[in-house]
Amino acid sequence: MITVSINGEPRQLPQAISVTAFIEVMGYSGKRIALERNGEIVPRSTFANAILNDGDQLEIVVAVGGG
Amino acid sequence: MNDELIIAGKHYSSRLLVGTGKYKDFTETRAALDASGAEIVTVAIRRTNLGQNANEPNLLDAVPPSKFTYLPNTAGCYTADDAVRTLRLARELLDGHSLVKLEVLGDPQSLYPNVIETLAAAKTLVADGFQVMVYTSDDPIIAKQLEDIGCVAIMPLASLIGSGMGILNPWNLQLIMDRVSVPVIVDAGVGTASDAAIALELGCAGVLMNTAIAGAENPVLMAGAMKLAVQAGRSAFLAGRMPKKLYSASPSSPTAGIIGSVHK
Repeated sequence: MITVSINGEPRQLPQAISVTAFIEVMGYSGKRIALERNGEIVPRSTFANAILNDGDQLEIVVAVGGG
Repeated sequence: MNDELIIAGKHYSSRLLVGTGKYKDFTETRAALDASGAEIVTVAIRRTNLGQNANEPNLLDAVPPSKFTYLPNTAGCYTADDAVRTLRLARELLDGHSLVKLEVLGDPQSLYPNVIETLAAAKTLVADGFQVMVYTSDDPIIAKQLEDIGCVAIMPLASLIGSGMGILNPWNLQLIMDRVSVPVIVDAGVGTASDAAIALELGCAGVLMNTAIAGAENPVLMAGAMKLAVQAGRSAFLAGRMPKKLYSASPSSPTAGIIGSVHK
């Protein structure tokens, strides 16, 4: 069991999974999102190989209306 | 006549840039954008709503990046670090898109730019390969420093964001235009069509607005009005207005050949 923070909210995951698997769990597969881990961008091309660690702080963002 | 707005080497036929916030839904957003004729549209970058329907409508579907040039902004950022992180996320989200709007705010009441943090963020972003269009105060010295850093457009406020107070200090806009050679685009403060026309008449390269359109009773009608106002203002600037003659009138009709008085 690991605990990560997603957009400021804690979330427990059964094990250390890849970002690709994590995106799937969150229901964002195929969605236009960008992900930052501990202040650093995780490029989409590296999602499959990037494994989440206990304590990771993740930000998941989308484009919304704004001026 | 070929009169295009050129930003970072890319040509645009519209000098009206618009925001995508505050509309009632994406249908209205898209209708207003189409009526405005804008090619460059600003978007915000925000956390996903966890636990909400992942299939909710997406701005990227309503306003496809294939049809519009996205200008991701840093609205809501109060530090250079937050602004830089936000735009790096935007670049990743938009497949390497590097044209961005930098704004670093000073306080939530005035939304006035914090120029010290703005300068710091601009340096980092330019070094990182971003093409930075920068929201700033109407201070001509700061504007020049932002150009020297490498920003591709200087975007001074005309009055506070969302205030609709219009062009409060045309003299400062002129001082900025006298000093910088990249496009100067009025960002913030426009309330109605005449404000947009004034900005262009002054010689500004363009105008960026959101609330003036989205906050109108009929946003789509106002979007069309803004399109015409920007075109009218630009044409008037290019035409070169007549000099103002203070305290002296000049008749428009011939002064010779006026019929004489009848002598009785």
